[in-house]
Amino acid sequence: MSGAPQRAATPLVGRITRVAGPVVVAEGLGAAGLYDLVEVGEARLVGEIIRVDSGGATIQVYEENTGMRPGEPVISLGRPLSALLGPGLLGSIYDGIQRPLVELKAVSGAFLEPGVKGERLDPERSWRFEPALRPGDPVGPGSLVGRVRETELVEHRILAPPDAARGHVAFVAEAGEYRISDVVVRIEPDRDAAGGLRTEIALAQEWPLRRPRPVARRLAPDEPLITGLRVIDVLFPLSKGGAAAVPGGFGTGKTMTQHAIAKWCDADIIVYVGCGERGNEMTDVLVEFPKLVDPRSGRSLMERTILIANTSNMPVAAREVSIYTGITLAEYYRDMGYAVAVMADSTSRWAEALRELSGRLEEMPAEEGFPAYLPSRLAEFYERGGRVETLGGGIGSVSIIGAVSPPGGDFSEPVTQHTKRFIRCFWALDRELANARHYPAISWTDSYSEYAEELGSWWDRVDPDWRKVRVRALELLKREQKLQDIVRLIGPDALPDEQRLVLIVAEMLKAGFLQQSSFDEVDKYCAPTKEVLLLRAIMEFHRRALASIKSGTPLPRIVELPLRERLSRLKSEVPNERPEDIRAVEREIGAAFDELDRLYGKEVLR
Amino acid sequence: MRGLEHRGLERAEGPIVVAPRRERAGYGELVAVYGRDGEPRLGRILDASDRRAAIQLFSGSAGVSLEDARVEYLGRPLTLRVGEGLLGRVFDGLGRPADGYPDIISSEKRDVNGRPLNPAARRYPRDFIQTGISAIDGMNTLIRGQKLPIFSGNGLPHNRLAAQIVRQARIIPKTEDRAASRGAGELAENQGGTEDESFAIVFAGMGIKNDVARFFIDSFERSGVLSRVVAFLSLADAPTIERLVTPKCALTAAEYLAFERGMHVLVVMTDMTNYCEALREVSAALGEVPSRKGYPGYLYSDLAALYERAGRIEGSPGSITQIPILSMPNDDISHPIPDLTGYITEGQIVLDRELFQKGVYPPVAGLPSLSRLMKDGIGPGMTRDDHRDLASQLFAAYARVRSVRNLAAIIGEEELSPLDKRYLRFGERFEAEFLAQGEDENRSIEQTLDLGWQMLAYLPREELVRLSPTMIEEHLPKNPREKEGGHVSFEGLAPVTRQGGATEA
Repeated sequence: MSGAPQRAATPLVGRITRVAGPVVVAEGLGAAGLYDLVEVGEARLVGEIIRVDSGGATIQVYEENTGMRPGEPVISLGRPLSALLGPGLLGSIYDGIQRPLVELKAVSGAFLEPGVKGERLDPERSWRFEPALRPGDPVGPGSLVGRVRETELVEHRILAPPDAARGHVAFVAEAGEYRISDVVVRIEPDRDAAGGLRTEIALAQEWPLRRPRPVARRLAPDEPLITGLRVIDVLFPLSKGGAAAVPGGFGTGKTMTQHAIAKWCDADIIVYVGCGERGNEMTDVLVEFPKLVDPRSGRSLMERTILIANTSNMPVAAREVSIYTGITLAEYYRDMGYAVAVMADSTSRWAEALRELSGRLEEMPAEEGFPAYLPSRLAEFYERGGRVETLGGGIGSVSIIGAVSPPGGDFSEPVTQHTKRFIRCFWALDRELANARHYPAISWTDSYSEYAEELGSWWDRVDPDWRKVRVRALELLKREQKLQDIVRLIGPDALPDEQRLVLIVAEMLKAGFLQQSSFDEVDKYCAPTKEVLLLRAIMEFHRRALASIKSGTPLPRIVELPLRERLSRLKSEVPNERPEDIRAVEREIGAAFDELDRLYGKEVLR
Repeated sequence: MRGLEHRGLERAEGPIVVAPRRERAGYGELVAVYGRDGEPRLGRILDASDRRAAIQLFSGSAGVSLEDARVEYLGRPLTLRVGEGLLGRVFDGLGRPADGYPDIISSEKRDVNGRPLNPAARRYPRDFIQTGISAIDGMNTLIRGQKLPIFSGNGLPHNRLAAQIVRQARIIPKTEDRAASRGAGELAENQGGTEDESFAIVFAGMGIKNDVARFFIDSFERSGVLSRVVAFLSLADAPTIERLVTPKCALTAAEYLAFERGMHVLVVMTDMTNYCEALREVSAALGEVPSRKGYPGYLYSDLAALYERAGRIEGSPGSITQIPILSMPNDDISHPIPDLTGYITEGQIVLDRELFQKGVYPPVAGLPSLSRLMKDGIGPGMTRDDHRDLASQLFAAYARVRSVRNLAAIIGEEELSPLDKRYLRFGERFEAEFLAQGEDENRSIEQTLDLGWQMLAYLPREELVRLSPTMIEEHLPKNPREKEGGHVSFEGLAPVTRQGGATEA
């Protein structure tokens, strides 16, 4: 394929000397580089060189290798393990090394046979290409070369790859139908341009998985990734280009939260990496997403989604690399100027894959058997996210949302602890909430977001009250937490009315604001305006109730206001398009408390 | 089945022997090691290098000497002979007949390790299985193709519960599909029916006592399904290491019956804790770096390779539903075995010692139990419109019961607010009437849901915020069963007096 980088002239052939599970040692590969792609054994399984020493090359095999014997050949392809990037990625489901799972199904049936191969992108399919350059135009890394309509939703921008030569357009293909390997632009390099760079641009290009794609510069993450989940958007917001971790024991709803964000967040592209998790969860996405409609564009959600599935029963080495495959695809779309969100479910399984391979390499373990380089690998991964100015001068972002599965739900374990160092938004899932089926079970006491400050000015344009009600609500929830400690000892009756009011309003916040049903047609996606209005209405109730109590209204009078239950149900009764209904309720709150104040306030005055 | 033979070993230690390697022997392939007695001991190659092969034996290495031992390289992974003849048979932990009859007649063999299922070839499980047990049907619904383990403890009635599930499990056709599926003759409506050809039960017993195995076999016999059972038994007196293969054989048989014969297979595997312990033993013998509590770092991947062999696939009408049973060491749910299992399986049924001591059968813990696939298998057209919200409300109310009980333990029941007292009452009735039921009591889903509504009638209506007013109108029993405690209009407050104008209308 001419779009692929030039291959090594002669493939290097070695010989297997030892097979221990997915780790294979081979001799005769002295000239091969670290992290080079190899084909292992007679079945030509995909592998990667992860260590070279005088005793031979150590290879990690990405497919099931039962039956592999010492003496079988190993072929080094002289290039790193790479992703093929081009039109046709959207809507696909790949395994960890970008093998197309739907195509593999046609070849090997429902079960994955080792050694099956499939085309990562359909080489025969034609795409309608519209050039964006003319001969003689200047061109360099990141330049927009042309456009392809990949799905109804997404325009695929063909860019000069980061390793393209700087120069002028010598040839550009006319508008028309092209296959991914067809060269659409040829560059006449400038005289002072470095040698060895790419001068031919096809619709598709290769990029090494483990190498971050370069950018012009990094920008501040000051635009929120709106998820439609109130507890996230209002209390613990994430920026476009930010990194968040979702830790939680089993059954606390990590995957449900990831799915909800993948469905409704306002990113342009979603890359969902199912890393060492359940097969049925990927099937769920595959079945459900095509049926779901994006609330903003009205198109099927699958048109903006790419799935990477390396489920828990698939080879463990490919699980390790699946995270990099996902982030490489994300960076590719980021470079086109899109906001991309990567869901990695779960990074703990990825860390365990590292641990397993490290163990087989007989490396010295650090904490809980994890290798000492775990934190640096985590840092590398999360740092590939960010909001950036691309090489072409546009603005794109990669937001990363990584699930963490701490053993026993204990957040003090190494993966959670190290992850916390490299993310700025922490959505801690709470066992108690999940047990009460309060979803999303994001704890308001343990979670935090460092992005809230940076996002203030964006929200000011939506609703300036965001900052104010957010802080007041968090304060109230914190007070409730403290009061609950007392209640647990002496019961609620001993508290003064103002404090009991805190408990009551906290319950209203939980039922009417924090809890959100993904099955409720109205409630599953909450628009930003509605999010703030809902919270403001509840906080307004608290403000007026507190004032009313101070002026003499007995608490039971406030409690029996029908408004209390009404506020808890507003979330599913008022659709996103009718925020004025919430304002109307807010006016009713005013009126109801005016009435109470009129009745009881006088007593104080007398 | 004769392969290449060699004499002599370099090392023998526990279940691991190291043989000099002279011929082509592949990773993961099967070997037979013959000791002085001439008995073959099957094993698997864990590490094959130019000079030697490390072999993990599935049985003890007693009597194996370095000089006399003969090693036969069979050049293939461990396989299981499969065919319709599997049904009604009992095999040992390595898949050899253990009921005195000869091997089944079939030329078909399958690698017991299986192959990973392509996620793109799965069909998402959606068919509700009615088990007739309210705690499961109502709150933690089992779906055909699901893997739903029972987390139990020593002395708890997990075996009785599993047997009851097997006896009573039935598919209730979806309302709109009823006519269609009959016409197509595709699905078995009744898993318990004896005439029905399209279901099977695969039972894997790992390190369990003979009585436990007996109990299950008897239970199958009593319900007249014994001829549709395939059992793989590696009992407590069999070599520990054999247990590592037993579930693989069982799942290989299940995959054959489900995906090649189109049957609906229910797999019961007990006790997974014994399996994990065997794994730890081998790992320790190999000198691997341990992770938590000495279990190997790959325990998760290894368990996943078993549990993920459940589900449904495109192009086959069959399904594999797994009910693994594991005993939590010291009732600790955060122990690595239940913990990692919970991360892989699609929920868990947790048995609770306190409930059991109260005499509640089945003692299914209300809160930590969960069915992840429930969301897609219940509701309109599948069970009933109110199912999802009703279950959510019951969970919320029962969670509240727990915090009220904690409070009552400190301040005393007398000091509780009237609303809290009603929650306490709800909790008691919920456990005694909804969770508890007879071992032979088979409740329809309608009965279970109606019972759930009756339980909610113990609570004030304003508390039912997870249910819509129309649903409450339609289902809540009109004459609340309890009036004690007077009018209570909200939590945590003194009762509102009548002249104060309580709003409870």
